[in-house]
Amino acid sequence: MSKIATREAYGKALAKLGAENKNIVVLDADLSKSTNTAHFAKEFPERFFDMGVAEQNMLGTAAGLAAAGKIPFASSFAMFATGRAFEQIRNSIAYPKLNVKIAATHAGISVGEDGASHQAIEDVAIMRSVPNMTVIVPADGTETEQVIKAAVEMNGPIYIRLGRLALPIIFDENYKFEVGKAVTVKEGSDVTVIACGLMVGPAIEAAEQLAGENIKVKVINMATIKPIDRDAIVQAAKETKAIVTAEEHNIVGGLGSAVAEVLAQTVPVVQEMVGVKDTFGESGAPTELLEKYGLTAKDIVTAVKRAIERKTSL
Amino acid sequence: MDNDALQVLTDKSGAIRRDIVKMLSEAKSGHPGGSLSSADIVTALYFHEMKVDPAKPDWPERDRFILSKGHAAPVLYAALAEKGYFPVEELATLRKMGSRLQGHPSMKHLPGVEMSTGSLGQGLSAANGMALAGKLDGRDYRVYVLLGDGEIQEGQVWEAAMAAGHYKLDNVVAIIDHNKLQIDGPVAEVMSPDPIGDKWRAFGWHVEEIDGHNFAEIIQALNKAREIKGKPTAIVANTVKGRGVSFMENQVGWHGNAPNAEQCTQALCELGGKADE
Repeated sequence: MSKIATREAYGKALAKLGAENKNIVVLDADLSKSTNTAHFAKEFPERFFDMGVAEQNMLGTAAGLAAAGKIPFASSFAMFATGRAFEQIRNSIAYPKLNVKIAATHAGISVGEDGASHQAIEDVAIMRSVPNMTVIVPADGTETEQVIKAAVEMNGPIYIRLGRLALPIIFDENYKFEVGKAVTVKEGSDVTVIACGLMVGPAIEAAEQLAGENIKVKVINMATIKPIDRDAIVQAAKETKAIVTAEEHNIVGGLGSAVAEVLAQTVPVVQEMVGVKDTFGESGAPTELLEKYGLTAKDIVTAVKRAIERKTSL
Repeated sequence: MDNDALQVLTDKSGAIRRDIVKMLSEAKSGHPGGSLSSADIVTALYFHEMKVDPAKPDWPERDRFILSKGHAAPVLYAALAEKGYFPVEELATLRKMGSRLQGHPSMKHLPGVEMSTGSLGQGLSAANGMALAGKLDGRDYRVYVLLGDGEIQEGQVWEAAMAAGHYKLDNVVAIIDHNKLQIDGPVAEVMSPDPIGDKWRAFGWHVEEIDGHNFAEIIQALNKAREIKGKPTAIVANTVKGRGVSFMENQVGWHGNAPNAEQCTQALCELGGKADE
Protein backbone atom coordinates (compact mmCIF):
# COMPACT_ATOMS: atom_id res chain seq x y z
CA MET A 1 0.00 0.00 0.00
CA SER A 2 1.37 3.41 -0.94
CA LYS A 3 1.92 5.90 1.85
CA ILE A 4 2.03 9.67 2.06
CA ALA A 5 1.99 12.09 4.98
CA THR A 6 -0.89 14.56 4.98
CA ARG A 7 1.67 17.40 5.19
CA GLU A 8 3.20 16.20 1.93
CA ALA A 9 -0.20 15.97 0.24
CA TYR A 10 -0.84 19.51 1.49
CA GLY A 11 2.37 20.87 0.03
CA LYS A 12 1.70 19.31 -3.35
CA ALA A 13 -1.94 20.42 -3.43
CA LEU A 14 -0.94 23.96 -2.52
CA ALA A 15 1.62 24.19 -5.30
CA LYS A 16 -0.98 22.90 -7.76
CA LEU A 17 -3.71 25.28 -6.62
CA GLY A 18 -1.26 28.16 -6.63
CA ALA A 19 -1.03 27.89 -10.41
CA GLU A 20 -4.82 28.07 -10.77
CA ASN A 21 -5.50 30.86 -8.30
CA LYS A 22 -3.20 33.88 -8.22
CA ASN A 23 -4.77 35.15 -5.01
CA ILE A 24 -3.29 32.30 -2.99
CA VAL A 25 -0.34 33.44 -0.89
CA VAL A 26 1.58 31.35 1.62
CA LEU A 27 3.28 32.25 4.88
CA ASP A 28 5.55 30.06 6.93
CA ALA A 29 7.57 30.49 10.10
CA ASP A 30 10.95 29.02 9.19
CA LEU A 31 9.59 25.49 8.75
CA SER A 32 8.75 25.42 5.05
CA LYS A 33 10.72 22.26 4.36
CA SER A 34 8.94 20.43 7.18
CA THR A 35 5.47 21.80 6.54
CA ASN A 36 6.00 21.27 2.78
CA THR A 37 5.08 24.84 1.84
CA ALA A 38 8.54 24.81 0.22
CA HIS A 39 6.91 23.34 -2.92
CA PHE A 40 4.78 26.46 -3.28
CA ALA A 41 7.73 28.71 -2.39
CA LYS A 42 9.75 27.18 -5.22
CA GLU A 43 6.97 27.61 -7.78
CA PHE A 44 5.74 31.04 -6.68
CA PRO A 45 8.49 32.81 -4.72
CA GLU A 46 6.80 36.22 -5.09
CA ARG A 47 3.71 34.89 -3.30
CA PHE A 48 5.57 33.14 -0.51
CA PHE A 49 6.52 34.98 2.67
CA ASP A 50 8.87 33.46 5.19
CA MET A 51 8.08 35.28 8.40
CA GLY A 52 10.93 33.79 10.39
CA VAL A 53 10.40 32.27 13.82
CA ALA A 54 7.54 34.62 14.67
CA GLU A 55 4.16 32.89 14.58
CA GLN A 56 2.13 35.70 16.15
CA ASN A 57 3.21 38.14 13.47
CA MET A 58 2.71 35.49 10.79
CA LEU A 59 -0.97 35.00 11.69
CA GLY A 60 -1.50 38.75 12.06
CA THR A 61 0.08 39.38 8.67
CA ALA A 62 -2.14 36.69 7.17
CA ALA A 63 -5.13 38.60 8.56
CA GLY A 64 -3.99 41.75 6.78
CA LEU A 65 -3.42 39.90 3.51
CA ALA A 66 -6.93 38.43 3.75
CA ALA A 67 -8.42 41.84 4.51
CA ALA A 68 -6.86 43.04 1.25
CA GLY A 69 -8.41 40.19 -0.75
CA LYS A 70 -5.70 37.53 -0.72
CA ILE A 71 -6.23 33.88 0.26
CA PRO A 72 -3.41 33.30 2.73
CA PHE A 73 -2.33 29.85 3.90
CA ALA A 74 -0.28 30.16 7.10
CA SER A 75 1.72 27.14 8.14
CA SER A 76 3.80 26.05 11.08
CA PHE A 77 3.74 23.14 13.48
CA ALA A 78 0.31 22.74 15.11
CA MET A 79 1.79 23.46 18.52
CA PHE A 80 3.09 26.90 17.54
CA ALA A 81 0.41 27.90 15.03
CA THR A 82 -2.46 27.33 17.45
CA GLY A 83 -0.62 27.65 20.75
CA ARG A 84 1.78 30.54 20.37
CA ALA A 85 -0.53 32.50 18.09
CA PHE A 86 -3.87 31.59 19.67
CA GLU A 87 -4.89 35.10 20.46
CA GLN A 88 -3.91 36.45 17.05
CA ILE A 89 -6.08 33.73 15.51
CA ARG A 90 -8.93 34.56 17.86
CA ASN A 91 -8.88 38.36 17.62
CA SER A 92 -7.27 39.21 14.27
CA ILE A 93 -8.68 36.32 12.21
CA ALA A 94 -11.76 34.63 13.67
CA TYR A 95 -13.51 37.65 15.21
CA PRO A 96 -13.43 39.62 11.92
CA LYS A 97 -14.06 36.33 10.04
CA LEU A 98 -11.11 36.85 7.73
CA ASN A 99 -10.35 34.38 4.97
CA VAL A 100 -7.21 32.86 6.49
CA LYS A 101 -6.32 29.19 6.09
CA ILE A 102 -4.29 27.88 9.01
CA ALA A 103 -2.70 24.67 7.76
CA ALA A 104 -0.70 23.27 10.64
CA THR A 105 1.49 20.20 10.41
CA HIS A 106 3.20 17.92 12.95
CA ALA A 107 0.02 17.58 15.01
CA GLY A 108 -0.36 14.86 17.60
CA ILE A 109 2.12 12.50 19.21
CA SER A 110 3.07 10.92 15.88
CA VAL A 111 5.55 13.79 15.61
CA GLY A 112 7.71 11.24 17.37
CA GLU A 113 11.29 11.87 18.43
CA ASP A 114 10.97 15.64 18.98
CA GLY A 115 8.96 14.89 22.10
CA ALA A 116 6.13 16.50 24.03
CA SER A 117 7.17 20.12 23.42
CA HIS A 118 6.33 19.63 19.74
CA GLN A 119 3.39 17.22 20.03
CA ALA A 120 0.18 19.27 19.91
CA ILE A 121 -2.65 17.29 21.50
CA GLU A 122 -4.76 20.35 22.35
CA ASP A 123 -5.02 22.10 18.97
CA VAL A 124 -8.42 20.76 17.92
CA ALA A 125 -9.88 21.65 21.32
CA ILE A 126 -8.67 25.22 21.25
CA MET A 127 -9.47 25.83 17.59
CA ARG A 128 -12.99 24.45 17.78
CA SER A 129 -13.74 26.62 20.81
CA VAL A 130 -13.30 29.76 18.70
CA PRO A 131 -16.46 31.12 17.03
CA ASN A 132 -16.38 31.37 13.19
CA MET A 133 -13.63 28.72 12.94
CA THR A 134 -13.97 25.62 10.77
CA VAL A 135 -11.83 22.68 11.92
CA ILE A 136 -10.80 19.81 9.65
CA VAL A 137 -8.61 16.75 10.22
CA PRO A 138 -7.98 14.84 6.99
CA ALA A 139 -7.38 11.10 7.17
CA ASP A 140 -5.07 10.54 4.23
CA GLY A 141 -3.43 12.12 1.20
CA THR A 142 -6.48 11.85 -1.03
CA GLU A 143 -8.69 13.58 1.47
CA THR A 144 -6.06 16.22 2.25
CA GLU A 145 -5.88 17.28 -1.38
CA GLN A 146 -9.65 17.76 -1.47
CA VAL A 147 -9.69 19.57 1.86
CA ILE A 148 -7.13 22.10 0.62
CA LYS A 149 -9.20 22.70 -2.51
CA ALA A 150 -12.36 23.12 -0.42
CA ALA A 151 -10.53 25.55 1.87
CA VAL A 152 -9.69 27.75 -1.11
CA GLU A 153 -13.29 27.62 -2.32
CA MET A 154 -14.89 28.50 1.02
CA ASN A 155 -14.75 32.01 2.44
CA GLY A 156 -13.73 32.27 6.09
CA PRO A 157 -11.19 31.06 8.61
CA ILE A 158 -10.33 27.38 8.72
CA TYR A 159 -7.94 25.24 10.73
CA ILE A 160 -6.54 22.20 8.90
CA ARG A 161 -4.73 19.66 11.08
CA LEU A 162 -1.97 17.76 9.30
CA GLY A 163 0.55 15.16 10.35
CA ARG A 164 4.20 14.35 9.93
CA LEU A 165 3.89 10.59 9.66
CA ALA A 166 3.45 8.87 6.28
CA LEU A 167 0.03 7.17 6.26
CA PRO A 168 -1.52 4.54 4.01
CA ILE A 169 -3.83 5.90 1.31
CA ILE A 170 -7.35 4.95 2.37
CA PHE A 171 -9.50 6.69 -0.23
CA ASP A 172 -9.34 6.33 -4.00
CA GLU A 173 -10.06 8.91 -6.68
CA ASN A 174 -13.83 8.38 -6.31
CA TYR A 175 -13.77 9.71 -2.75
CA LYS A 176 -15.71 12.93 -2.28
CA PHE A 177 -14.94 15.25 0.63
CA GLU A 178 -17.41 17.93 1.59
CA VAL A 179 -16.98 20.40 4.48
CA GLY A 180 -19.27 19.41 7.35
CA LYS A 181 -20.21 16.02 5.92
CA ALA A 182 -19.24 12.77 7.61
CA VAL A 183 -18.41 9.84 5.36
CA THR A 184 -19.49 6.31 6.21
CA VAL A 185 -16.54 4.12 5.32
CA LYS A 186 -18.10 0.84 6.41
CA GLU A 187 -21.63 -0.14 7.43
CA GLY A 188 -22.40 -2.06 10.62
CA SER A 189 -25.15 -2.42 13.21
CA ASP A 190 -23.53 -3.17 16.59
CA VAL A 191 -21.26 -0.20 17.28
CA THR A 192 -20.21 2.94 15.36
CA VAL A 193 -16.58 4.01 15.41
CA ILE A 194 -16.26 7.71 14.60
CA ALA A 195 -12.65 8.53 13.80
CA CYS A 196 -10.58 11.30 12.30
CA GLY A 197 -7.06 11.78 10.99
CA LEU A 198 -4.62 8.94 11.40
CA MET A 199 -7.10 6.94 13.50
CA VAL A 200 -9.37 6.26 10.51
CA GLY A 201 -7.00 3.56 9.25
CA PRO A 202 -6.88 1.71 12.60
CA ALA A 203 -10.69 2.10 12.89
CA ILE A 204 -11.17 0.24 9.61
CA GLU A 205 -8.63 -2.38 10.67
CA ALA A 206 -10.45 -2.86 14.00
CA ALA A 207 -13.79 -3.22 12.22
CA GLU A 208 -12.38 -5.89 9.91
CA GLN A 209 -10.90 -7.77 12.85
CA LEU A 210 -14.17 -7.60 14.82
CA ALA A 211 -16.11 -8.86 11.79
CA GLY A 212 -14.28 -12.12 12.37
CA GLU A 213 -15.88 -12.25 15.82
CA ASN A 214 -19.27 -11.48 14.29
CA ILE A 215 -19.30 -7.94 15.69
CA LYS A 216 -20.62 -5.58 13.03
CA VAL A 217 -18.92 -2.20 13.25
CA LYS A 218 -19.96 0.91 11.36
CA VAL A 219 -17.03 3.22 10.64
CA ILE A 220 -17.43 6.94 10.07
CA ASN A 221 -14.69 9.29 8.93
CA MET A 222 -15.44 12.59 10.68
CA ALA A 223 -12.94 14.85 8.96
CA THR A 224 -14.84 18.02 9.78
CA ILE A 225 -14.78 18.44 13.55
CA LYS A 226 -16.52 21.80 13.26
CA PRO A 227 -19.20 22.30 12.09
CA ILE A 228 -19.72 18.66 13.06
CA ASP A 229 -22.18 16.51 11.13
CA ARG A 230 -24.91 16.19 13.77
CA ASP A 231 -27.23 14.24 11.52
CA ALA A 232 -24.64 11.53 10.91
CA ILE A 233 -23.98 11.20 14.64
CA VAL A 234 -27.68 11.03 15.52
CA GLN A 235 -28.33 8.47 12.81
CA ALA A 236 -25.41 6.30 13.93
CA ALA A 237 -26.52 6.54 17.55
CA LYS A 238 -30.01 5.41 16.62
CA GLU A 239 -28.72 2.60 14.42
CA THR A 240 -26.07 1.10 16.69
CA LYS A 241 -26.88 2.48 20.19
CA ALA A 242 -23.15 2.68 20.97
CA ILE A 243 -20.38 4.99 19.79
CA VAL A 244 -16.60 4.79 19.98
CA THR A 245 -14.59 7.88 19.05
CA ALA A 246 -10.96 7.62 18.00
CA GLU A 247 -8.56 10.54 17.63
CA GLU A 248 -4.87 11.33 17.96
CA HIS A 249 -5.62 14.16 20.37
CA ASN A 250 -6.32 14.68 24.02
CA ILE A 251 -9.66 13.13 24.96
CA VAL A 252 -10.37 16.52 26.57
CA GLY A 253 -11.95 18.79 23.98
CA GLY A 254 -11.35 16.95 20.72
CA LEU A 255 -13.48 14.78 18.43
CA GLY A 256 -14.72 12.64 21.34
CA SER A 257 -15.93 15.71 23.20
CA ALA A 258 -17.55 17.14 20.07
CA VAL A 259 -19.45 13.88 19.50
CA ALA A 260 -20.42 13.68 23.19
CA GLU A 261 -21.82 17.21 23.01
CA VAL A 262 -24.13 16.12 20.19
CA LEU A 263 -25.13 12.83 21.82
CA ALA A 264 -25.91 14.45 25.17
CA GLN A 265 -28.31 16.84 23.46
CA THR A 266 -29.92 14.37 21.06
CA VAL A 267 -29.68 10.61 21.46
CA PRO A 268 -27.70 9.85 24.62
CA VAL A 269 -26.09 6.46 24.02
CA VAL A 270 -23.02 4.69 25.37
CA GLN A 271 -19.77 6.30 24.24
CA GLU A 272 -16.15 5.19 24.64
CA MET A 273 -13.27 7.51 23.80
CA VAL A 274 -9.99 6.42 22.27
CA GLY A 275 -7.44 9.20 22.44
CA VAL A 276 -4.52 10.58 24.45
CA LYS A 277 -5.65 10.31 28.05
CA ASP A 278 -4.92 13.84 29.23
CA THR A 279 -1.20 13.30 29.43
CA PHE A 280 1.84 14.73 27.61
CA GLY A 281 3.69 12.62 25.09
CA GLU A 282 7.43 11.91 24.95
CA SER A 283 10.25 11.10 22.55
CA GLY A 284 10.09 7.85 20.64
CA ALA A 285 9.32 6.32 17.27
CA PRO A 286 5.80 7.27 16.13
CA THR A 287 4.60 3.66 16.10
CA GLU A 288 5.98 3.04 19.60
CA LEU A 289 4.22 6.17 20.86
CA LEU A 290 0.91 5.30 19.21
CA GLU A 291 1.08 1.94 20.93
CA LYS A 292 2.07 3.30 24.35
CA TYR A 293 -0.59 6.01 24.33
CA GLY A 294 -3.38 3.69 23.26
CA LEU A 295 -3.91 4.78 19.67
CA THR A 296 -3.97 1.49 17.75
CA ALA A 297 -6.55 -0.81 16.15
CA LYS A 298 -6.18 -3.03 19.23
CA ASP A 299 -7.26 -0.15 21.47
CA ILE A 300 -10.29 0.47 19.28
CA VAL A 301 -11.21 -3.24 19.44
CA THR A 302 -11.07 -3.10 23.23
CA ALA A 303 -13.18 0.07 23.29
CA VAL A 304 -15.77 -1.46 20.97
CA LYS A 305 -16.12 -4.50 23.21
CA ARG A 306 -16.43 -2.28 26.27
CA ALA A 307 -19.12 -0.26 24.52
CA ILE A 308 -21.09 -3.40 23.65
CA GLU A 309 -20.80 -4.62 27.21
CA ARG A 310 -22.07 -1.31 28.58
CA LYS A 311 -24.85 -1.17 26.01
CA THR A 312 -26.12 -4.65 26.81
CA SER A 313 -25.92 -4.13 30.59
CA LEU A 314 -28.16 -1.04 30.41
CA MET B 1 0.42 74.19 4.38
CA ASP B 2 -1.40 77.52 4.14
CA ASN B 3 -3.36 79.14 6.95
CA ASP B 4 -6.74 78.13 5.54
CA ALA B 5 -5.80 74.46 5.46
CA LEU B 6 -4.42 74.72 8.97
CA GLN B 7 -7.66 76.32 10.15
CA VAL B 8 -9.69 73.49 8.61
CA LEU B 9 -7.64 70.91 10.50
CA THR B 10 -7.79 72.88 13.74
CA ASP B 11 -11.56 73.17 13.47
CA LYS B 12 -11.92 69.51 12.62
CA SER B 13 -9.78 68.29 15.50
CA GLY B 14 -11.84 70.52 17.81
CA ALA B 15 -15.04 68.90 16.56
CA ILE B 16 -13.50 65.42 16.92
CA ARG B 17 -12.40 66.16 20.51
CA ARG B 18 -15.90 67.37 21.36
CA ASP B 19 -17.37 64.23 19.77
CA ILE B 20 -15.02 62.10 21.87
CA VAL B 21 -15.97 63.75 25.15
CA LYS B 22 -19.70 63.65 24.36
CA MET B 23 -19.82 60.03 23.24
CA LEU B 24 -17.80 58.85 26.24
CA SER B 25 -20.01 60.78 28.62
CA GLU B 26 -23.05 59.24 26.96
CA ALA B 27 -21.51 55.75 27.05
CA LYS B 28 -20.44 56.16 30.70
CA SER B 29 -17.30 54.11 30.03
CA GLY B 30 -14.37 54.11 27.64
CA HIS B 31 -10.97 55.72 27.13
CA PRO B 32 -10.69 59.50 26.85
CA GLY B 33 -6.96 60.04 27.53
CA GLY B 34 -5.52 58.18 24.55
CA SER B 35 -8.36 59.28 22.27
CA LEU B 36 -7.63 62.94 22.94
CA SER B 37 -3.85 62.51 22.69
CA SER B 38 -4.16 61.09 19.18
CA ALA B 39 -6.94 63.38 17.93
CA ASP B 40 -4.65 65.69 15.95
CA ILE B 41 -2.80 62.78 14.31
CA VAL B 42 -6.04 61.08 13.28
CA THR B 43 -7.46 64.38 12.05
CA ALA B 44 -4.39 64.99 9.88
CA LEU B 45 -4.70 61.49 8.42
CA TYR B 46 -8.40 61.61 7.55
CA PHE B 47 -8.65 65.28 6.57
CA HIS B 48 -5.35 65.86 4.84
CA GLU B 49 -3.25 62.79 4.16
CA MET B 50 -5.34 59.80 3.23
CA LYS B 51 -6.97 58.94 -0.06
CA VAL B 52 -10.35 57.62 1.08
CA ASP B 53 -13.96 57.87 -0.04
CA PRO B 54 -16.66 57.47 2.63
CA ALA B 55 -19.13 56.51 -0.10
CA LYS B 56 -16.91 53.62 -1.13
CA PRO B 57 -15.40 52.11 2.03
CA ASP B 58 -14.30 49.01 0.10
CA TRP B 59 -12.59 50.91 -2.74
CA PRO B 60 -9.51 48.75 -3.47
CA GLU B 61 -7.22 51.75 -4.06
CA ARG B 62 -8.01 53.47 -0.76
CA ASP B 63 -5.38 54.20 1.86
CA ARG B 64 -5.86 52.18 5.04
CA PHE B 65 -5.77 53.29 8.66
CA ILE B 66 -5.49 50.74 11.46
CA LEU B 67 -6.06 51.86 15.03
CA SER B 68 -3.79 49.31 16.68
CA LYS B 69 -4.41 50.98 20.05
CA GLY B 70 -8.04 49.95 19.70
CA HIS B 71 -9.15 51.33 23.06
CA ALA B 72 -8.94 54.79 21.47
CA ALA B 73 -11.97 53.76 19.39
CA PRO B 74 -13.76 57.09 20.07
CA VAL B 75 -11.16 59.05 18.06
CA LEU B 76 -11.61 56.70 15.10
CA TYR B 77 -15.41 56.75 15.28
CA ALA B 78 -15.43 60.56 15.57
CA ALA B 79 -13.13 60.90 12.55
CA LEU B 80 -15.21 58.46 10.46
CA ALA B 81 -18.43 60.25 11.38
CA GLU B 82 -17.00 63.70 10.70
CA LYS B 83 -15.65 62.40 7.39
CA GLY B 84 -19.12 61.20 6.41
CA TYR B 85 -18.95 57.41 6.81
CA PHE B 86 -22.02 57.51 9.04
CA PRO B 87 -24.19 60.16 10.77
CA VAL B 88 -22.55 62.02 13.66
CA GLU B 89 -25.69 61.27 15.72
CA GLU B 90 -24.77 57.58 15.71
CA LEU B 91 -21.79 58.37 17.93
CA ALA B 92 -24.25 58.46 20.84
CA THR B 93 -24.71 54.69 20.48
CA LEU B 94 -21.09 53.93 21.46
CA ARG B 95 -20.77 50.80 23.62
CA LYS B 96 -24.52 50.20 23.70
CA MET B 97 -26.36 47.00 22.80
CA GLY B 98 -26.91 46.65 19.09
CA SER B 99 -24.53 49.48 18.15
CA ARG B 100 -22.09 49.30 15.27
CA LEU B 101 -19.76 51.24 17.52
CA GLN B 102 -18.39 48.41 19.62
CA GLY B 103 -16.24 49.15 22.68
CA HIS B 104 -13.23 48.39 20.51
CA PRO B 105 -13.29 48.75 16.70
CA SER B 106 -14.85 45.87 14.78
CA MET B 107 -14.48 45.78 11.00
CA LYS B 108 -17.44 43.43 10.67
CA HIS B 109 -19.72 45.89 12.43
CA LEU B 110 -18.73 49.24 10.91
CA PRO B 111 -17.69 50.10 7.34
CA GLY B 112 -14.55 52.22 7.37
CA VAL B 113 -12.94 50.23 10.17
CA GLU B 114 -10.07 48.49 8.39
CA MET B 115 -9.16 45.96 11.09
CA SER B 116 -10.73 44.74 14.29
CA THR B 117 -8.45 45.75 17.14
CA GLY B 118 -8.51 46.08 20.88
CA SER B 119 -6.09 43.40 21.95
CA LEU B 120 -2.87 45.40 21.90
CA GLY B 121 0.07 44.68 19.64
CA GLN B 122 -1.73 43.19 16.65
CA GLY B 123 -2.32 46.13 14.29
CA LEU B 124 1.10 46.46 12.73
CA SER B 125 1.11 42.81 11.59
CA ALA B 126 -2.21 43.35 9.83
CA ALA B 127 -0.89 46.58 8.30
CA ASN B 128 2.09 44.67 6.94
CA GLY B 129 -0.24 42.10 5.38
CA MET B 130 -2.24 44.83 3.63
CA ALA B 131 1.00 46.47 2.48
CA LEU B 132 2.33 43.18 1.07
CA ALA B 133 -0.97 42.65 -0.77
CA GLY B 134 -0.76 46.19 -2.18
CA LYS B 135 2.70 45.56 -3.54
CA LEU B 136 1.66 42.18 -5.02
CA ASP B 137 -1.31 43.81 -6.75
CA GLY B 138 0.69 46.80 -7.97
CA ARG B 139 -1.53 49.23 -6.08
CA ASP B 140 -0.03 52.39 -4.64
CA TYR B 141 -2.19 52.69 -1.53
CA ARG B 142 -0.51 53.37 1.79
CA VAL B 143 -1.17 51.82 5.18
CA TYR B 144 -1.11 53.89 8.36
CA VAL B 145 -1.14 52.32 11.79
CA LEU B 146 -1.41 54.09 15.15
CA LEU B 147 0.24 52.44 18.14
CA GLY B 148 0.36 53.44 21.79
CA ASP B 149 3.64 53.94 23.62
CA GLY B 150 2.49 51.38 26.20
CA GLU B 151 1.34 49.08 23.41
CA ILE B 152 4.85 48.78 21.99
CA GLN B 153 5.74 46.74 25.07
CA GLU B 154 4.01 43.85 23.25
CA GLY B 155 6.47 41.45 21.63
CA GLN B 156 4.40 41.03 18.48
CA VAL B 157 4.99 44.71 17.65
CA TRP B 158 8.71 44.00 17.29
CA GLU B 159 8.14 40.83 15.27
CA ALA B 160 6.10 42.99 12.93
CA ALA B 161 8.64 45.82 12.98
CA MET B 162 11.35 43.34 11.96
CA ALA B 163 9.19 41.98 9.14
CA ALA B 164 8.28 45.43 7.77
CA GLY B 165 11.96 46.33 7.67
CA HIS B 166 12.89 42.99 6.12
CA TYR B 167 10.26 43.24 3.38
CA LYS B 168 11.09 46.94 2.81
CA LEU B 169 7.49 48.02 3.26
CA ASP B 170 7.81 51.69 2.32
CA ASN B 171 4.02 51.81 2.01
CA VAL B 172 3.68 51.40 5.80
CA VAL B 173 3.73 54.28 8.27
CA ALA B 174 3.60 53.48 11.99
CA ILE B 175 2.75 56.40 14.24
CA ILE B 176 3.50 56.02 17.93
CA ASP B 177 1.23 58.11 20.12
CA HIS B 178 3.86 58.89 22.75
CA ASN B 179 1.67 60.30 25.49
CA LYS B 180 3.91 58.81 28.17
CA LEU B 181 1.18 57.33 30.37
CA GLN B 182 -0.34 53.86 30.63
CA ILE B 183 -2.84 52.32 33.03
CA ASP B 184 -0.40 51.54 35.82
CA GLY B 185 1.45 54.87 35.58
CA PRO B 186 4.16 56.59 33.56
CA VAL B 187 5.30 54.38 30.69
CA ALA B 188 8.93 55.04 31.59
CA GLU B 189 8.31 53.63 35.07
CA VAL B 190 6.04 50.69 34.19
CA MET B 191 8.27 49.29 31.43
CA SER B 192 10.40 51.80 29.63
CA PRO B 193 10.40 51.53 25.83
CA ASP B 194 13.06 54.25 25.55
CA PRO B 195 14.80 55.13 23.36
CA ILE B 196 11.80 54.57 21.11
CA GLY B 197 13.20 56.12 17.92
CA ASP B 198 16.45 54.19 18.15
CA LYS B 199 14.59 50.91 18.49
CA TRP B 200 12.63 51.48 15.26
CA ARG B 201 15.82 52.62 13.52
CA ALA B 202 17.53 49.42 14.63
CA PHE B 203 14.70 47.43 13.02
CA GLY B 204 15.34 49.09 9.66
CA TRP B 205 12.84 51.94 9.77
CA HIS B 206 13.17 55.59 8.85
CA VAL B 207 12.21 57.56 11.97
CA GLU B 208 10.69 61.01 12.43
CA GLU B 209 10.19 62.51 15.87
CA ILE B 210 7.59 65.26 16.11
CA ASP B 211 5.15 67.22 18.23
CA GLY B 212 1.97 65.20 17.72
CA HIS B 213 -0.22 68.24 18.28
CA ASN B 214 1.46 70.42 15.63
CA PHE B 215 -0.25 69.92 12.27
CA ALA B 216 2.64 71.37 10.31
CA GLU B 217 5.01 68.84 11.89
CA ILE B 218 2.60 65.94 11.47
CA ILE B 219 2.09 66.68 7.79
CA GLN B 220 5.77 67.32 7.17
CA ALA B 221 6.56 63.90 8.68
CA LEU B 222 3.89 62.20 6.57
CA ASN B 223 5.28 63.91 3.46
CA LYS B 224 8.76 62.79 4.36
CA ALA B 225 7.47 59.20 4.76
CA ARG B 226 6.22 59.32 1.17
CA GLU B 227 9.69 60.23 -0.05
CA ILE B 228 11.44 57.44 1.83
CA LYS B 229 11.86 54.42 -0.45
CA GLY B 230 12.88 50.92 0.53
CA LYS B 231 12.00 51.18 4.21
CA PRO B 232 8.94 51.83 6.36
CA THR B 233 8.60 55.02 8.38
CA ALA B 234 7.91 55.32 12.10
CA ILE B 235 6.71 58.65 13.43
CA VAL B 236 7.26 59.08 17.14
CA ALA B 237 4.62 61.68 17.99
CA ASN B 238 5.12 63.37 21.33
CA THR B 239 1.67 64.01 22.70
CA VAL B 240 -0.18 64.91 25.89
CA LYS B 241 -2.59 62.36 27.24
CA GLY B 242 -6.04 63.95 27.57
CA ARG B 243 -4.95 66.89 25.38
CA GLY B 244 -7.47 69.73 25.22
CA VAL B 245 -9.28 69.10 28.50
CA SER B 246 -7.38 70.74 31.37
CA PHE B 247 -8.40 68.32 34.10
CA MET B 248 -7.60 65.28 31.95
CA GLU B 249 -4.20 66.37 30.66
CA ASN B 250 -1.32 64.22 31.90
CA GLN B 251 -3.63 62.48 34.38
CA VAL B 252 -3.22 58.71 34.39
CA GLY B 253 -6.68 58.35 35.95
CA TRP B 254 -8.28 59.50 32.70
CA HIS B 255 -6.94 56.54 30.72
CA GLY B 256 -10.10 54.52 31.06
CA ASN B 257 -12.76 56.60 32.82
CA ALA B 258 -15.64 58.45 31.20
CA PRO B 259 -16.52 62.02 32.22
CA ASN B 260 -19.80 62.57 34.09
CA ALA B 261 -22.32 65.14 32.88
CA GLU B 262 -20.72 68.01 34.79
CA GLN B 263 -17.21 67.11 33.65
CA CYS B 264 -18.53 66.76 30.11
CA THR B 265 -19.96 70.27 30.18
CA GLN B 266 -16.70 71.72 31.44
CA ALA B 267 -14.70 69.77 28.87
CA LEU B 268 -16.91 70.96 26.01
CA CYS B 269 -16.55 74.58 27.16
CA GLU B 270 -12.78 74.21 27.16
CA LEU B 271 -12.91 72.63 23.71
CA GLY B 272 -14.75 75.64 22.35
CA GLY B 273 -18.11 74.01 22.04
CA LYS B 274 -21.42 74.26 23.84
CA ALA B 275 -22.84 71.61 26.12
CA ASP B 276 -26.01 71.35 24.07
CA GLU B 277 -24.23 71.38 20.73
